Amino acid sequence: MAVTIAKERWTSKVAEEAYGSQGIKVGGETTLPFLQFEGEIPNRPVTALEVFDTEPKDYPDMLREAFADVITDPVAWAKKVVEYGADMVALRLMSAHPDWNNASAQDVAKTAKAVADAIDVPLIVIGCGVEEKDGEILPVVAEALEGKKALIGCVTANNYKSITAAANGYGHYVIASSPLDINLCKQLNILINEMGLPLDRIAFDPLVGALGYGIEYAYSIMERARMGALTGDKTLATPIVAFIGQEAWKAKEAKDADAPEWGPQGDRAILWEVTTATTFAIAGANIFIMRHPESIKKFNAFVDEAMKSNAY
Amino acid sequence: MGLTGLEIFKQLPKKNCKECGQPTCLAFAMQLAAGKAGLDACPYVSDAAREALDSASAPPVALVKIGVGEKAFELGNETVMFRHDKRFEHPTGIAIQVSDNMSADEVKAKVDKVNKLVFDRVGQVHEVNMVAVANDSGDAAKFADTVKLVQDNTAYPLLLTSGDAAAMEKALEIAGVNKPVVNAADAGNYEAMVALAKKYEAPLVVKGSDLNSLAETVEKIAALGYKNLILDSGARELSKVIADQTQIRRQALKLFRPFGYPTIAFANNDDAVMESLYASTYVAKYAGIVVVNSAEPEHILPVITLRLNIYTDPQKPIAVESKIYEILDPGKDAPVLITTNFSLSYFCIAGDTEAARMPAYIVPVDTDGISVLTAWAAGKFSPESIADTIKKLGIMDKVNHNKVIIPGGVAVLSGQTAELTGCEVLVGPRESAGINSFFKQQWNQ
Repeated sequence: MAVTIAKERWTSKVAEEAYGSQGIKVGGETTLPFLQFEGEIPNRPVTALEVFDTEPKDYPDMLREAFADVITDPVAWAKKVVEYGADMVALRLMSAHPDWNNASAQDVAKTAKAVADAIDVPLIVIGCGVEEKDGEILPVVAEALEGKKALIGCVTANNYKSITAAANGYGHYVIASSPLDINLCKQLNILINEMGLPLDRIAFDPLVGALGYGIEYAYSIMERARMGALTGDKTLATPIVAFIGQEAWKAKEAKDADAPEWGPQGDRAILWEVTTATTFAIAGANIFIMRHPESIKKFNAFVDEAMKSNAY
Repeated sequence: MGLTGLEIFKQLPKKNCKECGQPTCLAFAMQLAAGKAGLDACPYVSDAAREALDSASAPPVALVKIGVGEKAFELGNETVMFRHDKRFEHPTGIAIQVSDNMSADEVKAKVDKVNKLVFDRVGQVHEVNMVAVANDSGDAAKFADTVKLVQDNTAYPLLLTSGDAAAMEKALEIAGVNKPVVNAADAGNYEAMVALAKKYEAPLVVKGSDLNSLAETVEKIAALGYKNLILDSGARELSKVIADQTQIRRQALKLFRPFGYPTIAFANNDDAVMESLYASTYVAKYAGIVVVNSAEPEHILPVITLRLNIYTDPQKPIAVESKIYEILDPGKDAPVLITTNFSLSYFCIAGDTEAARMPAYIVPVDTDGISVLTAWAAGKFSPESIADTIKKLGIMDKVNHNKVIIPGGVAVLSGQTAELTGCEVLVGPRESAGINSFFKQQWNQ
């Protein structure tokens, strides 16, 4: 008997954005993740690997080994990230953190510019995580990166004004972070938009948890955001960023080299990072910020398969 | 479910005999539709009509039971596409495959490994569910021997894979009493396979070459009166499996009856990491059973963990009781750690304190089972609630010092908490993983 394929008729789509002078595109989908049989997925999910502007304090050995020769030099580290095949470089300005080096805005901006000039892929710049300090340094970074069309974050409800104004003035995109709540996400997008930055210059960061550590909350938030985008809610139609590496490498299951009941660390740690990523890929995330080079390889192999047309 | 009074009325005997207590058959039908009467009240309803009405009121995805005894489990009865709409009901069964081409020693070694795939997560034990035996040799005797060997070495239910009804019959003579899954009936062999499944009352996988042939074979099998089924669309490529799983669930929820059964998906891949990723994807995307080759813990733990996460009820956070927990027999000078009663928060800090070999008291504040930062944002993890808990549980009477340690993520609470409790409030690390160095540097100076 002939089965009538059940297709949803979506009325809208996720905003399409293009980062960097190279114009790497994300978003634009008119269907739920990988359901090519009822809509278009013009751009595949993209990956970034993280680079710290000062030697990271808590990298487990397995991560450190992958970058051992460059870990104290952000420019060399960024180049290595590109060699490893990442679509973008995510520079994390930890040296600005008051508990780390408390570096000045001018110092971190100089590093950001040096990294951006050394690579031929788009740059994501992430602050140190202290809202007030990020509100001070990121506008200066935005100025130094004029013309690079970088993705700058993370903007929160407490510091969005200064960063949004600078991102708008110097032609960048912003990452808007709100804690696992669809309404806070909408609200922040509206606040940013009211300052004159178009909605298609925002990417949404739902502050995800890793596999085993609350992944299901972010999974459902992303699914709801995608349904919102496809049914016409423009404030939910921004591409989604997920900080995969930052969360996955906190898990004991990834970090612990000596846990015989969980098997050897190699595949286990990589799977902790990539399973977190693929789970968010099937929930609708667009930009995957990871840490280990092997993880982006496996993730891309997965996406290659998932992107094959399944039209009936 | 969903049937109107008129649709029911068409199936009734139309005698208007009033024996059901209603004035007419139409009135009885209306009562049935409203759920105010049961079909049993009518003595004259035909078996065929009963069948039609029962199946129309059946749940959209049938419930299927697998195995017998302690390790038996259930599949199906799902009602939504998205977990946030309600919840996913029955966690995907994970089956690990052995082949009858393997030597007896290899089979035993692998089954031993499967038996050890038991993990403790947030205080609950999680394990795989089945051992799949594949008749790769094509030899019926070899298949039966392997099935016997596996059955003798594990308590898990079996999934028997062979397209050859004669081989399946021999295997069922050995394992049939334990209600294994019979995999699979297809357009060519379904009559023989249905007869076997019926004889042992075992769940039967129906395999199509695509959705159309799957629906066709299911209808033929339903016509033979067998409904203890599991569906396999035949898809083996990742994107195709995602599409077919989505279609089967969607159409089942629209009450397309041939697809009203749980599904099985095969993640087998030569690269064990890719296989694990596929298996996790199928867990999230509606598979009732997922079959994998690797029996290594590093490949299975991520799948089991994702299954636990995805099948958690979104409306019910898992909470621990708010009371004093003692780690490693603490004495009067042991530290007092404050956290929330979200089970994950509690078990993280408990696990890391234990790993640091530090005797300590852990005091979870009742935050309705939500995490530290979520509870803080919601005003449920506040200086007041911390002070109330400390007082109510009398924790400070158990120690000879006056210090409590709060999570680094809520450092801002320290001042007011100190005021309200009269305790010295120490700010711990943001992540429980840092508790070991915190103890070394700030507690045991």
